[in-house]
Amino acid sequence: MLSGWLTGLGRTALAFVTYVGDVVMLAVETIGAALRQKIRWRLFMGQIVEIGLHSQIVVMITGAFTGAVFAAQTYFQFNKLGMGSAVGAVVSVSICRELGPVLTALMVTGRVGAAMSAEIGTMKVTEQIDALRALAVHPLDYLVVPRTLAMMVSMPLLVAEAVGIGIAAGYFVAIFLLEVNGTYYVANMVRWTQMRDIIMALSKAFIFALLIVFISCHKGLTASEGAVGVGRATTEAVVSASLAVLIFNFFLTMGLNIIFPAGYQ
Amino acid sequence: MSFETGDPASVESALNSQPETLNPSPMVDVRGLVKRIGRQEILLGVDLTVEKGETLVIIGRSGAGKSVLLKHLIGLMTPDAGEIWIDGENIIGLSERKLASIRVKVGILFQGGALFDSMSVEENIAFPLHEAGERDPEKIAQQIREMLEVIELEGEENKMPVNLSGGMRKRVGLARAIIRRPSCILYDEPTAGLDPVVSDSINRLIRRLQKRYGVTSIVVTHDMKSAFHIADHIAYLHEGRIYFYGTPQELEVSTDPLIQDFMLGRSERDTATETA
Repeated sequence: MLSGWLTGLGRTALAFVTYVGDVVMLAVETIGAALRQKIRWRLFMGQIVEIGLHSQIVVMITGAFTGAVFAAQTYFQFNKLGMGSAVGAVVSVSICRELGPVLTALMVTGRVGAAMSAEIGTMKVTEQIDALRALAVHPLDYLVVPRTLAMMVSMPLLVAEAVGIGIAAGYFVAIFLLEVNGTYYVANMVRWTQMRDIIMALSKAFIFALLIVFISCHKGLTASEGAVGVGRATTEAVVSASLAVLIFNFFLTMGLNIIFPAGYQ
Repeated sequence: MSFETGDPASVESALNSQPETLNPSPMVDVRGLVKRIGRQEILLGVDLTVEKGETLVIIGRSGAGKSVLLKHLIGLMTPDAGEIWIDGENIIGLSERKLASIRVKVGILFQGGALFDSMSVEENIAFPLHEAGERDPEKIAQQIREMLEVIELEGEENKMPVNLSGGMRKRVGLARAIIRRPSCILYDEPTAGLDPVVSDSINRLIRRLQKRYGVTSIVVTHDMKSAFHIADHIAYLHEGRIYFYGTPQELEVSTDPLIQDFMLGRSERDTATETA
């Protein structure tokens, strides 16, 4: 029984390492192709529209309500201690360093990652990717490179937008609904929010963009077995990318905090 | 044979090339091709030669490996053993990027057309031209018009693939495959699932392409009527090997029971009953 359990564990570990290796290889080949092959700018612009423009509503709502509810919860606790005016600083720093990048990445994974995986997976099972190859077009150049570049550009902008709207929503809730003193709220927020918090948000956004695009494209490119396979690939892409975002977020927080320490210096 | 000293690509290309002046190479030369998928043995040593300008029809039962063989010829699948020479160049071991130069010479019509479903008929047909760097809209429009005329789909250029019938999809797929004038075209079941009239139009189209552009054609089909209509030679793929190779006339007069069963569409059980 123990040997069977160990065999199963070993097989799972091997499959996981192989999967990670495949995704890393895809990333390396894509970056190589982006540097050496011609960039299809029309496809890139199309993906910017798909990823950036069409995610506006989702990202704005996510940022606004996260900021609003976080401001309210923080106020409810801090007000008991007579620290209501510190809400602005807490909301701002938290949204910059954690909530903005992570929640935006999770929403983009659900919207864009799923679409990428489903679209590429459908192309795979309907021989459209074989058709690309047969027409002397490398699928990486045509499908993955434009998506990767568009994600690298769009994600930091989407995160910046979510952070800005979140802070504005927090301000609105704190000042107009909870009647916190606006002057002290803004003064504390500006004092405690530093450039390094914004750099951390954008750094995380950039890395999450790469995680989402490579995991989603890899799932699409390896889809098989028709419609069922595409459905499975899409689900796996969303789950894997979401988990990767959450896990990487912890290590990024620990690592980036050494370079960009939190708090007033 | 000459190549620029110090250029690894030209050295490799030259080493892989057969000297054309001494011995004109066939368009396609397959030697001892072996392919296993999982535990299933699909091809067990296929040898096949297709001369330039010839139309070869590959027939065989479902699951015999005909489509697998076809996909090997354009490098979409990698064999476990054997060699594939396309126009004098061995394509085995070439990277995906190096295969691009071979794929410019060889077009393929997929069984379902494999049209890009986000593009219209016109965009699908123009795709290879855009990818080849053609930017002159007048030139592109002219070539699209010519292709639409060849495939008899004038006026349908703005339709999306989802709004096309099976036969139309195959014809658009064919136009996309031939617009850059490949010297060899591979057809995977071009008439499968089509009514007899559309099948006949596809057969005539294959013939017309051969006559008009002198292309080499390799056609995988179950359709014996189609095979006799278009073939210069017919190869019967059975149990992973070429079981029969000859002209349509030789196939027609063959007394081999396996060939007879296939041509007449007799299942083994029928044969056994008749024998009993």
